[in-house]
Amino acid sequence: MSTVPAETGARIDALLAPWKGARRDSLIPILQDVQEACGFLPKEAIVKIGRHLDLPASKIYGVATFYNQFRFQPPGRYQVMVCRGTACHVKGSAAVLEAICHDLKIRPGQTTRDGLFSIEVVACIGACGLAPVISINGEFFAGVTPDGVAAILDGFRRKEVASA
Amino acid sequence: MLTLQVNDRPIQARQGDTVLEACERAGIRIPTLCHLAHLTPTGACRMCVVEIEGQRGLVPSCAFPASDGMCIHTHSERAVEARKVIVELLLSNHPDDCLYCVRNSDCELRELASELGVRGRRYFGSKLEYKLDTSSPSIVRDPAKCILCGKCVRVCEEVQGIGCIDFVNRGSRTVVGTAFDQGLNVSSCINCGQCIMVCPTGALSEQNDLPRVLAALADPETFVVIQHAPAVSVTLGEEFGLRPGADVAGAMTSALRRIGFDRVFETSFAADLTIMEEASELVERIKTGGPLPMMTSCSPGWIKYVEQSHPDFIPNLSSCKSPQAMLGSVIKAWYAKREGIAPERVFTVSAMPCTAKKFEAGRPELGHDGLYDVDAVLTTRELARLIRMRGLDLRILEPEAADQPFGERSTAGKLFGASGGVMEAAIRTAHFLLTGRDLDDLKVQAVRGLDGVKEVRLEIDGLSIGAAVVSGLGNARRLLEEVRAGRRDLQFIEVMTCPGGCINGGGQTMGVSIEALRARLQALYAIDRDEAKRTAHGNESVRRLYDEFLGAPLSEVSHHLLHTHYGAREVVR
Repeated sequence: MSTVPAETGARIDALLAPWKGARRDSLIPILQDVQEACGFLPKEAIVKIGRHLDLPASKIYGVATFYNQFRFQPPGRYQVMVCRGTACHVKGSAAVLEAICHDLKIRPGQTTRDGLFSIEVVACIGACGLAPVISINGEFFAGVTPDGVAAILDGFRRKEVASA
Repeated sequence: MLTLQVNDRPIQARQGDTVLEACERAGIRIPTLCHLAHLTPTGACRMCVVEIEGQRGLVPSCAFPASDGMCIHTHSERAVEARKVIVELLLSNHPDDCLYCVRNSDCELRELASELGVRGRRYFGSKLEYKLDTSSPSIVRDPAKCILCGKCVRVCEEVQGIGCIDFVNRGSRTVVGTAFDQGLNVSSCINCGQCIMVCPTGALSEQNDLPRVLAALADPETFVVIQHAPAVSVTLGEEFGLRPGADVAGAMTSALRRIGFDRVFETSFAADLTIMEEASELVERIKTGGPLPMMTSCSPGWIKYVEQSHPDFIPNLSSCKSPQAMLGSVIKAWYAKREGIAPERVFTVSAMPCTAKKFEAGRPELGHDGLYDVDAVLTTRELARLIRMRGLDLRILEPEAADQPFGERSTAGKLFGASGGVMEAAIRTAHFLLTGRDLDDLKVQAVRGLDGVKEVRLEIDGLSIGAAVVSGLGNARRLLEEVRAGRRDLQFIEVMTCPGGCINGGGQTMGVSIEALRARLQALYAIDRDEAKRTAHGNESVRRLYDEFLGAPLSEVSHHLLHTHYGAREVVR
């Protein structure tokens, strides 16, 4: 999954080419195609999809914001997935999420300015035995506490510095 | 015909009626918050729920077809209780600032709460924090007051064909917003204000320009001039309890003088001036094969729409400034000098039925020597507020005449207030310019009335002119697409942004009914029927202005002061 290259416009055009003659009922599959290719929905893509389907940009944006699956910022190098399923909730995942947001100074769906972290909320990771659980780029952390969040995130920051 | 039992009495309904429509026609009022006649019913607000025998739950009457023999209870205990709970839930996260709200006297939500006997707060919802969108020069959006009825979204998309706003996010986080939640000013909003006209609460309102006008009035060094548009005088009376269509031009002039305006002028004078220029421009384009069809340029929402969505038609737009801007321009460039007042000291206000005129007034092209043609625009609603603020009542003021020389107007200039009016006025003068004599019958019936699309073919002195009149930008878009697809029989197109023209503008009195609209329209036609001076070229003051200052229509001075240019505009659309 890449961040946006400069030539986004051309890239979006290429993605839309197979959708020639498409109508409004193809909107969601088109949005999925773009997100698949770009990792998120760039503004330019939303405007271009609107032109392509002869729909106002506000409508494309409205549909895209309706669904959790679409994001509007490039994902961070480390994607922090916070489980907000029932078991995790009972074990305090709300406070964990709040601690992560506080540490990274972003909200779910957003990406830190340095592009390192993004936060995503998921309904259930399927690891209720480990609740409250978070996963960062596929690596699971079990029984996370709000106080323990900083250490986990710092681990990834150190890894980044070491590899630089 | 269908027969329904409503509240144990029989009523008649037409095939295809919804339950709501059938009841409304029979004089049974069912409250609604999201219903818009002729547009897609969404059943969003559930205010119109009724009990229908044989149906399990309550049914939204706006979206339920009437059928023969149906037994309906519109105000059963269950239905009324449901409505009350809906209002209470809507109020649960509504700001409690009715005292300060711009809609405190005509809020539909407040009226319903009162009607249903809501006298206390039963539900406490957490109030969402929204930012006020004041980015537009015309329209203010306050999503905190929005009840998500969606009327603004539908009017913008289905009537105007713009769609600059839509529902954003989901569930309890839903708001009505623009693409990317940006300001209206960078969106494709054309500032028409039709969204304000349908908003049941204070979530949408005009930019308040009263403070600037009051400041100018309070400054003894400033010479404050006001002009009023043709549609204002046949609407303003409604704000003071007069019947729709009452023409209050005289009493309004009298009020404006008492408020302290140094001069009161009629925009209809400038409408006559516009016709002299525009009819000449049309004749010239037809004779020289200039870009045709020529399209009118009085309606600022339409102009922005062409600039952002159809820039290929920019050459077709008449280069004439709108009457508002023409008058502002002539006041500063000529009248001020004649009166010995420095143009910098002149503050021009215009009273308009329109919110887009606020945007127009701020266009950098519309001014000279660092001065704007028009300094502030008040909607009909703001004007009424100003008059009330000064304790004046239009019902008892003695009528007075407007100031000269911009107080003289023909009835053709007054017709500008309705869809088809510019066309009718232009036809009268174009006929005179081409033949040297007036039409036998000045009335051009084919372009009158509230229909969204009207067409007529004229034969003037061997010249065949195809003319179309459209109002509502959805209709305009369809016509543009026909022209783009190769339609060649039209030479002149009048476009008004709002359906029916300025009498139905976004700056007019709230709560306009179709009957009120017809009354305003008939008032303009009555003025045209009853007065003697019915053509722009018959306006002596306009003729004198040409003699003393402008020279002739399309002269160099005219081009400098009365004409402008447009350019492609980049917006998020």
